[in-house]
Amino acid sequence: MTNRKIRVLVAKPGLDGHDRGAKVVARALRDAGMEVIYTGLRQTPEMIAEAALQEDVDVIGLSILSGAHMALVPRVMELLKANGQETVKVFLGGIIPDEDIPTLRQVGVTGVYGPGASTDQIVTDIQASFAA
Amino acid sequence: MPDLITPTLAGDKLSLSRLLSHIENDSEEGIRALDSLFPHTGKAHLIGVTGAPGTGKSSLVNRLALQFRSQGRRVAILAVDPSSPFTGGAVLGDRVRMRDLSGDPGIFIRSMASRGSLGGLAAASAAMTQAFDAAGYEVILIETVGAGQSEVDVARLAHTTLVVEAPGLGDDIQAIKAGILEIADILVINKADRPGADSTERALKTMLELAHPVEKVFQHHGKTFRTPAATANPAPLWVPPIRRSVATTGEGLPELLEAIEQHAAHLRLTGEWQKRDKARLETELELIVREALFAQFFAGLAPGVIEEHLQQIQRRNLSPREAARQLLREA
Repeated sequence: MTNRKIRVLVAKPGLDGHDRGAKVVARALRDAGMEVIYTGLRQTPEMIAEAALQEDVDVIGLSILSGAHMALVPRVMELLKANGQETVKVFLGGIIPDEDIPTLRQVGVTGVYGPGASTDQIVTDIQASFAA
Repeated sequence: MPDLITPTLAGDKLSLSRLLSHIENDSEEGIRALDSLFPHTGKAHLIGVTGAPGTGKSSLVNRLALQFRSQGRRVAILAVDPSSPFTGGAVLGDRVRMRDLSGDPGIFIRSMASRGSLGGLAAASAAMTQAFDAAGYEVILIETVGAGQSEVDVARLAHTTLVVEAPGLGDDIQAIKAGILEIADILVINKADRPGADSTERALKTMLELAHPVEKVFQHHGKTFRTPAATANPAPLWVPPIRRSVATTGEGLPELLEAIEQHAAHLRLTGEWQKRDKARLETELELIVREALFAQFFAGLAPGVIEEHLQQIQRRNLSPREAARQLLREA
């Protein structure tokens, strides 16, 4: 159907208060024609999974700058699976050390973006993940 | 496609959520689902919340939902935000103000982009509320930005419409302009702890007195004048009450909830509930027929015919009305 739009949940789990990056990404996705549900700061994995369920999103974008990604991301993935939403694609942005990336991919994260990543790249990757 | 209808009626949230997407996208499955869900609708109290950007609608909806939950009623929220007219994308940010509601299984929040087709928003949101209604949500809060006709149409879906104002957004001329104030069943002055709440209330009161005249007695040059009330209508008249609230603290919320309950009772007492229900269904029927006729009309036209006529119109050889008449004959 032509009416179909990619729906993205943009969330900031954890305790750091820097949401500039998440907002920039939200805007870029909007400008690429996606519908972005922005949930704001300090979300627990439970809140994120609940919002993803109610909003029937195709993609979740997580922004984590606190270093807690190895605790938060696997928990989000677990909850998505428990809710029957294992097909939702998860993209992660923030300060993520290279050595963590293989593990994150293993738990099911589709893309990881560090400082300097272009929003165009994120948009292209999200669109490409639906082209297949 | 797996059956989504039976689990939705049984309270499964993922099924409801997927159904809502089908309905929003106007897919075949969505249309079929609405047919099966329809007999289960008609139980919920639909409450529209509208007002200018920045008046605190989302925060107020958050508080209202908490109030309804404290009475044990299940609450669904449909939060509509505008789509970009250029890219079709949207940032839907109402959930930011509704953090308090997370973790409560008796609440379902769905964000919706207005998308942009003419009349489409009203049709889609009517359909979405039917899904919530069938799924057993007893109170459905529909939040829209009160900026244009489509939002007014959405508010018309509701049994009870709240128009939210805030101090300092405009003078009393704003209040007598035609528009969303006229659709209000309850007027809310939110952010009432801010300076200017009194003058906002005065302006709204003046506006209401013009719209709902009551008998007045006054002295002028030593003589007593009487202006009679405008209506000799024996049915009790609903004069929209004005309620103050501070959504960030919850102040005034019990009083607002009471006004909502009083309005629902008034609708039931006067038979207005059925009338509104009928009017809503009539609008829905009309929209569906209109859309179907439109699609049928375009399907019946040879390709390129519209473009040919458009060029003629632009050269001023043909008026748009004449062109439309010709096209209607051809289709």
